[in-house]
Amino acid sequence: MTAVEDVGPLLQVRDLRRYYPIRKGVIARTVGQVRAVDGVSFDVYPGETVGIVGESGCGKSTTGRAVVRLEAPTAGSVLFDGTDIATLSPARMRRLRTELQMVFQDPYSSLNPQIRIGDLLAEPLIAHKRLDRAGARAKAAEMLATVGLPKLSLDRYPHELSGGMRQRVGIARALMLEPRLIVCDEPVSALDVSIQAQVLNLLKDLQGEFGLTYVFISHGLGAIKYISDRIVVMYLGKVMETATTAEIFARPRHPYTEILLDAYPEPDPRLRDRERIIVEGDVPSPANPPPGCVFHTRCPYAQDICRAEAPPLNAAGGARHQVACHFPLAQEAS
Amino acid sequence: MHKRLEPETGQSSTRLMIRRFRRHRLAVAGLVVVVLMVLMAALAPLLAPHDPNRIFDKFESSPSGEHLLGTDSVGRDVLSRLIYGARVSMSVGVGAVVVYVVIGILLGLLAGYYGGWVDQVIMRITDVFMSFPYFMVILILVSVLGPSLLTIIVVIGALAWPMIGRLVRGSVLSIKGSDYVQAAVALGYRTPRILFRHILPNALSPIVVNATFGVAQAIILESGLSFLGMGVRPPAASWGNMLSEAQSITVLSSQPWIWIPPGLMILLAVLAINFVGDGLRDSMESRSET
Amino acid sequence: MVSYLIRRILIGIPVLLGVTLINFLIINLAPGSPADLYLSPTATPEDVARTEAALGLDKPVFVQYLNWLTQLLHGNLGVSFQNREPVTQLIADRIGPTLLLMGTSLVVAYLVAIPIGIFAARRRNTAADYGVVGASFLGISVPHFFLGLAMIYVFALTLGWFPTGGMVTLGRGGGFADRVSHLVLPVVVLATAVAAGMVRYVRSSMIDAFGQDYIRTAKAKGLGASVITNKHALRNALIPVVTVIGVDLSALIGGAIVTEQIFQWPGIGLLTIQSIGARDYAVLMGINLIAAIAVFTANLLTDIAYAVVDPRVAYA
Repeated sequence: MTAVEDVGPLLQVRDLRRYYPIRKGVIARTVGQVRAVDGVSFDVYPGETVGIVGESGCGKSTTGRAVVRLEAPTAGSVLFDGTDIATLSPARMRRLRTELQMVFQDPYSSLNPQIRIGDLLAEPLIAHKRLDRAGARAKAAEMLATVGLPKLSLDRYPHELSGGMRQRVGIARALMLEPRLIVCDEPVSALDVSIQAQVLNLLKDLQGEFGLTYVFISHGLGAIKYISDRIVVMYLGKVMETATTAEIFARPRHPYTEILLDAYPEPDPRLRDRERIIVEGDVPSPANPPPGCVFHTRCPYAQDICRAEAPPLNAAGGARHQVACHFPLAQEAS
Repeated sequence: MHKRLEPETGQSSTRLMIRRFRRHRLAVAGLVVVVLMVLMAALAPLLAPHDPNRIFDKFESSPSGEHLLGTDSVGRDVLSRLIYGARVSMSVGVGAVVVYVVIGILLGLLAGYYGGWVDQVIMRITDVFMSFPYFMVILILVSVLGPSLLTIIVVIGALAWPMIGRLVRGSVLSIKGSDYVQAAVALGYRTPRILFRHILPNALSPIVVNATFGVAQAIILESGLSFLGMGVRPPAASWGNMLSEAQSITVLSSQPWIWIPPGLMILLAVLAINFVGDGLRDSMESRSET
Repeated sequence: MVSYLIRRILIGIPVLLGVTLINFLIINLAPGSPADLYLSPTATPEDVARTEAALGLDKPVFVQYLNWLTQLLHGNLGVSFQNREPVTQLIADRIGPTLLLMGTSLVVAYLVAIPIGIFAARRRNTAADYGVVGASFLGISVPHFFLGLAMIYVFALTLGWFPTGGMVTLGRGGGFADRVSHLVLPVVVLATAVAAGMVRYVRSSMIDAFGQDYIRTAKAKGLGASVITNKHALRNALIPVVTVIGVDLSALIGGAIVTEQIFQWPGIGLLTIQSIGARDYAVLMGINLIAAIAVFTANLLTDIAYAVVDPRVAYA
């Protein structure tokens, strides 16, 4: 499912920043900032899945939470269908939320333990006055079947279901308001490996059935590769590279992307003997990011300019392929 | 964990808690006593052998067939007054706690959920109230406002909320960052729905435990105030004002039937409620183990 | 840590002001004019107005509060409506007996509660432990006045071992033994609730401490039970116990009021009851303020003690 070129983007994230102040002392004055997200831009077109990948702490979850405004951005804009949700009033935002939903990482903590599954699913419709109680319950039962859960689950409490079943409930709840965009924040990371594929397939099926657009956040390249049409690679709050899934895997242009791919176990044994690149050092602290290119401290190809000047995100040939690197890797033949 | 504690279909954590509570023998015994006392208060007119305010010509008479617990220094039947006195203790205990739990929950929810200056202001007010020596300020306020059952309920209610407020605030702080509250925000729910349907039910356990002990505290406070003559005004019967007769050495030394029964009733009521509270604490705190 | 202390003390300033304001407002709720107390019942309305003006009572409440606060900062709590004595003087005369009663009770409570708590913890889930826990429940549930009356009935009236009340025997008293015998019953009454609460606290923190890794290490090293109790568990278990002192002050003051009334102990509590009887709001305002400042200070010290014991608190 690739985006139709002549339709405008559904979501435009522009120069998004989220800084957390570090406070100290008697009057708790701000002595520094953690730059969790530091100037991130990307587009999402209707019907596509954009994967955001990166190590933990790279700001991918914060970006996802800012897209649904669970985080207020420090700067930048998040345009959903042309409306900047970063500056929307609370009342208007609450109405817009019906179109923008989220699936959380931990299916154990994202469902209120005191509320039965049926009520959890019916509640969004009741709260937004779409249906009365009986109608909402009927719709909940319907949705439960759609995500592949037995009707019996309606009267269960969350703790009576398995992790995979709970995540299906989380997905069903996000679908109740018939949103257009769903941010999936590591939706399979907390699940057993055997369950992960089932949930990914469910997400894919639902996308076809309801015409959904996904922002899919994960640190695992496997899930990202399977579900995404395009991929955004993040490192230390910034976008390193973005391109279609095929491009990223075939022709990575950023050294960091290359390293990520390298660490990803290639399922095809014939391709396994590619030369491994050893990554040195730890991820620097986002409270004190290195000057210049944030990746230079670990980059095997770093030059003087990389330590002095941050590279902008530039077109790098190919369909919407962009890379933030002074010395992008040569395009090897696939 | 025991096999019989395994969750059954559609079973909420409340049901699990009840099972644990039932294994706590003293707590169950306490609950039985509390229920009996509430019944005694409710059915006082049926249970009492005499009108509690009727004055018999035999005053200060020792227990007899006619007056099982004797008569007091005015000539009223002690047993009947004892039964009616349960009404005062139970209504102060429950009434005052309901008032301050409501205040504490509201302020705690606001402080914890909104944070920032709202939190700062509410917490400083909490600090102010916690600085007053409880019994003394209640005593002074009741004397200023004029002692009555209603005054006692209102004054205890208005002063005792800070503990609940702090508890609720602490729970809200830990719950509001949880994914299910974030999900409720993402689903576009209004703040009252988030506070009362998603946060409060998950913060209830410590409130229930604290409120239970609070009922016992309120009963002691009322009886103390009445004992000092700053509580329920005679002729209305309260266990505390029945005891205050024993401030006379004669009553204390030679008419123990006048003061020992109400004293024992207060002790029994408070002890029973404290056992219930202890049982609730144990059964609610171990909930996380499953 | 230093910045935590400074912040904690700065936060205390508005709290203390709030305490004075609430205290002032409570007394202003009282019906009638304090001017009435200076005048004979036959005074004309003009007399009342003149006296009110002299006392500053014709000014807005807020101005009256500021005036009162200014006086307060000069150490002036006003004069008693009843006998025109300075309130500070009345309180100063009565504070000694109260401090003696509360201090002795606290010391006794600790001396009783700590060994019993340790004893119960070491015999956890035995009949002795259940006995201690049951007794502590009784101790926290029995009202001071009922316990006090029962004590007087048994030990003063029936057995005649101790006097029924007062601080010294009138006429022939004043000796050390006489003072001690007057102190015993009130101290027992006041110490019971404190000790009962404390026993449970010591018991559970000792049980917690026994479960800690360092205690298991000590056991693995082959140290004897008493060495473990004394050197390792006790020290760590008592830290939270000591910091709890402040929290109890409010309850202790409440207990002292009732206890002083029952035993006619001539302290602040008895002064409070007498002032309530005489509607002497100037004295009540002074007592309440001083008690509130004491509780406020105790709360502050408790917070600071927690921060010293557990530095994580300072950064929370």
